[in-house]
Amino acid sequence: MQEEIIFAGFGGQGVMLLGRLVTYAGMMEGANVSWMPSYGPEMRGGTANCQVVVSSKKVSSPLVTEPTSLVALNKPSLDKFAPWVRRGGLIVYNSSLIESLPVWDNVRVLAVPANDIANELGDLRIANMVALGAYLAATKVVAGDTVLDALKKVLPERHHGLIPLNRQALACGEAIGAQ
Amino acid sequence: MRQVFGRPKSLTDAPTHYCPGCSHGIIHRLIAEVIDELDVRENTVGIAPVGCGVLAYDYFDCDFVEASHGRAPAVATGIKRTVPDSVVFCYQGDGDLASIGAAEIIHAATRGEKITVVFVNNATYGMTGGQMAPTTLLGQKTTTSPRGRDAGSAGYPIRVAELLSSLSGVAYISRVSVTSPANVIKAKRALKEAFKVQINKKGFSLVEFLSTCPINWGMSPLEAMKWVDEKMSVYYPLGDYTQVPEVSR
Amino acid sequence: MSEKVLMKGNEAIAEGAILAGCRHFFGYPITPQNEIPEYMSRRMPEVGGVFLQAESEVAGGNMVYGAACAGARVMTTSSSPGISLMQEAISYMAGAELPCVLVNIVRGGPGLGGIQGAQSDYFQATKGGGHGDYRLIVLAPSSVQELMDLTIEAFDLADIYRNPVMILGDAILGQMMEPVVLRERSKINLPPKTWATIGAKGRPKNIISSLRLDPGELEKHNLALQEKYKRITDEQVRYTTYMASDAETLLVAYGTSARVAQAAIDMARERGLKAGLFRPVSLWPFPYDDLKTIALGSRRVLTVEMSHGQMIEDVRLAILGGRPIHFYCRTGGMTPTPREVLNEIERIVEEGI
Repeated sequence: MQEEIIFAGFGGQGVMLLGRLVTYAGMMEGANVSWMPSYGPEMRGGTANCQVVVSSKKVSSPLVTEPTSLVALNKPSLDKFAPWVRRGGLIVYNSSLIESLPVWDNVRVLAVPANDIANELGDLRIANMVALGAYLAATKVVAGDTVLDALKKVLPERHHGLIPLNRQALACGEAIGAQ
Repeated sequence: MRQVFGRPKSLTDAPTHYCPGCSHGIIHRLIAEVIDELDVRENTVGIAPVGCGVLAYDYFDCDFVEASHGRAPAVATGIKRTVPDSVVFCYQGDGDLASIGAAEIIHAATRGEKITVVFVNNATYGMTGGQMAPTTLLGQKTTTSPRGRDAGSAGYPIRVAELLSSLSGVAYISRVSVTSPANVIKAKRALKEAFKVQINKKGFSLVEFLSTCPINWGMSPLEAMKWVDEKMSVYYPLGDYTQVPEVSR
Repeated sequence: MSEKVLMKGNEAIAEGAILAGCRHFFGYPITPQNEIPEYMSRRMPEVGGVFLQAESEVAGGNMVYGAACAGARVMTTSSSPGISLMQEAISYMAGAELPCVLVNIVRGGPGLGGIQGAQSDYFQATKGGGHGDYRLIVLAPSSVQELMDLTIEAFDLADIYRNPVMILGDAILGQMMEPVVLRERSKINLPPKTWATIGAKGRPKNIISSLRLDPGELEKHNLALQEKYKRITDEQVRYTTYMASDAETLLVAYGTSARVAQAAIDMARERGLKAGLFRPVSLWPFPYDDLKTIALGSRRVLTVEMSHGQMIEDVRLAILGGRPIHFYCRTGGMTPTPREVLNEIERIVEEGI
């Protein structure tokens, strides 16, 4: 198994966190992992992204240029990275912010109204976790429970009150991804 | 027989390379006397500059490091932060301190590094043959200001003591000369104060010596001493420029 | 201490230094290595160490010089333009034989360049950089674990040989996260620093200087340095290989390029192409002899770099015409992709060269 994922979106949408959670969870489940962020001025303007590898063998290149999956939270990210996705790969996109889609061959596409669901849950900031839930349910790269365990490690203790809301968001996403 | 005069313990007996009439020798001796009197020779580390003082490590009998041009305060910072109970002094000329090392001296001062800087201002680059220094006076002829320093193209001489005394990390700054026995006595008093300020961990200390360079000035030693009194001391007034440190240390 | 933790490469360097007993850090902010000074500013006070943000890399390098004079285990870190500014202090420390650890998280150049990862400081690191006849020990990690392990070891190497040691990373290694196992450093006997300038109590004074005005004296000093460099060359050559034993196409790459090359080798093997990797870990001393032996067992060599033909000069010196040597690179912060490298392997195999 070798899953190579790009998480991308506007700065502030929490894509770096998604990548770290999957990386952390992969490590906790005994897989080989790497996480590579974008950084610098591009983070402030356009799209932030991170590249994650979760593999049963040693990770050779940490740079993901032919992802097996893309999780895109905004339009510029989708436009930029969708052409990179491998045949037979998966694109999870935030359908609350992205209306029209081009057609890609041999790629599974999963529309997740992440912002709408997050708003229903009462906190827009949780949209990233909705998208993550859908992605996890569709790929089963790591278990949702492990991601929540990872969240406890990554999140400072003073924010642990937010974990139930994250669990909820993840579950809403999983319901969509499992379809 | 009672000995009434001798070489300070902190000086070696190596003959110095300094030119006749140059005041580096007097300044070296004063530093050595102060180190002896404060009994700190065994935990003193000196930093030599690039310039005429480059070989100072041969003349002092204490641990010494030779720094690159202008960086003595940075090197001193590294040593002092490693051995906080040592006594660390930099010996720097005007080109070293006020030109290429301007950033290092300002930041060491503003950090309140507990070091003592002996700043020898002779208004010229002595070692390289008498070029214009940042402290060369207006109208003063040097090998790179053959018509005299012109403010329009070369700007104005830097008053280091005044400049640094505006910084809060500074605990003691004084400007002295060694042109007469009275001035030498005052200079030694200032130097001792500067070392004491360091030993008592009060902050950064510096003594600016107005010094002679008869060879490059094209003067006799006596004329040079007179020039310090009549010209340099006017632009660079002698005295204490001490700032009371704002923060308790 | 065997639990895996997820760390950024830059943080692994910083924690590695702490584990190695480094208690003095001087540095100046520059992307993409800012996590190191930030980490140190938090961590040093916790372990009773010194963190100081210098006013410039010029000053920072000279603070390292000072702390090294006083016998400290001392480190500074920077990225390419900052390392250029430190060359003064580096040359002085090499000349005065002072131990210290320098880290270059390389970004694209020349000039201000960019902030993405590159390997274009290979010449600067391995062939001098500053003025004079000197060498740094240069180690090139290619994983976060290795960043930590080699940083820890770098302090011992610096002390053993009284020589600056440089860790040559790049922005990708510095920014990426991988699991790391924190290891205690192995205890070895290090030479006492009797030469340190900490006050002449009970002994003749120590002088630390790189100035030797008498050319005869300076030549003698330079010869002694060369003898030391010879010893380092005999004792500290390091490299690893991957599927090299039966490789017909031998890739040579270090750091991030080696990771990419390894991915390309896997793809090549899937297609029935016998490719393998030789990865120098010590860039100086460069593993000339071992590379030669292994390269002569292959048919052709492909050097992969994120610089425009720097390490390839050492590869040529190693192989001395014994095998055809090909080259593939991306520069300026661009990284070769495994597929690009695979294409290059396929091309040179097809052309039968």
